[in-house]
Amino acid sequence: MLARRAWPRASSHIILSKLVRNAQTAAATPRRDEYAAISDRDIAFFLDVLGDRGVITDPDALQPLNRDWIGKYEGSSRLALKPQNTEQVSQILRHCNANRIAVVPQGGNTGLVGGSVPLFDEVLIMTGAMNKVISFDPVLGMLTCEAGCVLEQLDRHVGEQGHTMPLDLGAKGSCQIGGNVSTNAGGLRYLRYGSMHGNVSGLEVVLADGTILDLMSTLRKDNTGYDLKQLFIGGEGTLGIITKVAMLCPVKPASVQVAYLAVPTFQHAQQVFQKAKQHLGEILSAFEFLDHPSLIMTLKHLPNIKNPLPDIQTPIYLVVETSGSNLEHDFGKLEVFLEEAYNDEMIADGTIAQDSSQQASIWNLRESISEGLRHAGAVYKYDLSLPPNDMYKLVEEMRSRMKHLPVTVVGYGHMGDSNLHLNISPSMTRRSCPTSNHLCMSGQPARRGASVPSMGWVR
Amino acid sequence: MKLLVAVKRVVDYNARIRVKADQTGVELANVKTSMNPFCEIAVEEALRLKEQKVAKEVVVVSVGPKSSQDTIRTALAMGADRGAHVLTDQALLPLNIAKLLAAVARKEDANLILLGKQAIDDDCNQTGQMLAALLKWPQATFASKLEIDQATNKARVTREVDGGLQTLICGLPAVITTDLRLNQPRYATLPNIMKAKKKPIEALNPEALGVTLTKAYKRVKVEEPAKRKGGIMVSSVAELMDKLRNEAKVL
Repeated sequence: MLARRAWPRASSHIILSKLVRNAQTAAATPRRDEYAAISDRDIAFFLDVLGDRGVITDPDALQPLNRDWIGKYEGSSRLALKPQNTEQVSQILRHCNANRIAVVPQGGNTGLVGGSVPLFDEVLIMTGAMNKVISFDPVLGMLTCEAGCVLEQLDRHVGEQGHTMPLDLGAKGSCQIGGNVSTNAGGLRYLRYGSMHGNVSGLEVVLADGTILDLMSTLRKDNTGYDLKQLFIGGEGTLGIITKVAMLCPVKPASVQVAYLAVPTFQHAQQVFQKAKQHLGEILSAFEFLDHPSLIMTLKHLPNIKNPLPDIQTPIYLVVETSGSNLEHDFGKLEVFLEEAYNDEMIADGTIAQDSSQQASIWNLRESISEGLRHAGAVYKYDLSLPPNDMYKLVEEMRSRMKHLPVTVVGYGHMGDSNLHLNISPSMTRRSCPTSNHLCMSGQPARRGASVPSMGWVR
Repeated sequence: MKLLVAVKRVVDYNARIRVKADQTGVELANVKTSMNPFCEIAVEEALRLKEQKVAKEVVVVSVGPKSSQDTIRTALAMGADRGAHVLTDQALLPLNIAKLLAAVARKEDANLILLGKQAIDDDCNQTGQMLAALLKWPQATFASKLEIDQATNKARVTREVDGGLQTLICGLPAVITTDLRLNQPRYATLPNIMKAKKKPIEALNPEALGVTLTKAYKRVKVEEPAKRKGGIMVSSVAELMDKLRNEAKVL
């Protein structure tokens, strides 16, 4: 059986505020006593199916698997399994289902909201050994691969044939595609390429009882029957374990330009966004923002990160990226847009990356904010979809409400998708942090019609 | 003091390159290009000398086809004052480049020439040295620290050499080539990017500079290095010993 934190994907503010109120009640939390404990007989079965290499019982090896990337949540699993193929996943799940053994699927374990680690001692089912690329059709751009493939490696693989993965996120070096699909990961290029719901063409999934569901259509358009795969995209492993993915990959852009801008207020940032859409339209591929505290936090804790504009200080900074097929054309459009925005005083200053190293450096800053926060200590993370006007007001309000506390409130995120990552960083150790601070959060996002877009719900 | 900085347009540091099927060279069409990273460091150092009021003017020069102008514009966007472009469609090696740069240096009456230690496309590491010899100026290469003493008209340069760091003092005018740790180049900011469009780039060519280009080399073949065989996992120390002894034959 699959035991997960039973948080439904909140999309309405009413559900959200109810959840917050129920957070501590037992009715919403799965209980350990509903499930069986692992016996030697079970371990013998798994050894038989997976062999020595596929069964992990060593406590030292299990420790990093039990703990999430932030270091905030820790389970107590005593058994991790590494199946090599779909058939093995099916056998494992069938056995667990028959014996009421709780399981947790785990990919790269890069999730930021504790969704990839056990609550208690559930058996970990790791997808990492299923990491073969099955095929890539360069005419259609259709990639088929196993769920344990690491995102960055897939990007490199399709890159050799002139394509790119339709999603990109800071965790790309470790996160696995099965997990990306299960969590309907958004990421930095959502603005341009859209969500997994549109890009995933097919899936192979193993259900809780071991049934293998072949939904691996590689057809660009397929309207036959119910589109069942959509249930698993964003299903967070609650309905089945994804074992194979067929994904449509866009052509790799010939010309990528990155600009980093300093803007005086969030309202100005919104004006810049509107102007960017007008001028850059079809080549705009990312529009991210970060505030001054998140810049300072990242520079402070990660010495290898550079400040692209060290001579200026503004409340908000933007990372704007264009991806197109023609360098002169794109660079020309970007220059016109920036010149106009600068002359209209929408931006205080900015820079256009002159080569790929500078591009990588600017993106590195934006993508490392999570890591910078982690180095600072425990973090309370909120991933919220808000109407554009309210996005930064929430950060400012939290900051003023908490000004008497030893915390730093930072806000950053995908402006183009109206997605705010609100992070509260207390200056105390992880262990001494309370597990819930919903007293201050409850009602705030709900009042502004917020919903939980991509990270998953955080305890 | 007038500073002359030579910059080169090269294949971007992160670009994936392929050898052409006919093995005559590297596939350069549609490959991203940018300023040679060491040249960027040279430009940055020149700008810092200008900010310290040691230099009055920073002139940037590049040799190459029309697209070299983009690289000069990048340097102007960082803050250089003027540009000079020696137009030639021939692919030139260090000796010819050095001859052209020497002519430009004489024409500009420069007091100090800064170059990157080497270009990342050919890794020659020769242009600066040859240039100094042609001008009969002192040279300090692989600079990781540069100090100009205006009173004595000398440069104190710390060089990165195999054994460690060497400090030497040379008189000016001189040729300095930059190494990685000299500085971290600045990003070109918007006001400067916009100003750069109005800065002049003088059009030059080898004939006008009175330089005869010599063709001393012929490229015979370009091929990729042999692919490395992948490693294998061994399951025990005994197996490792066996392989080292019997397969690799290193024991």
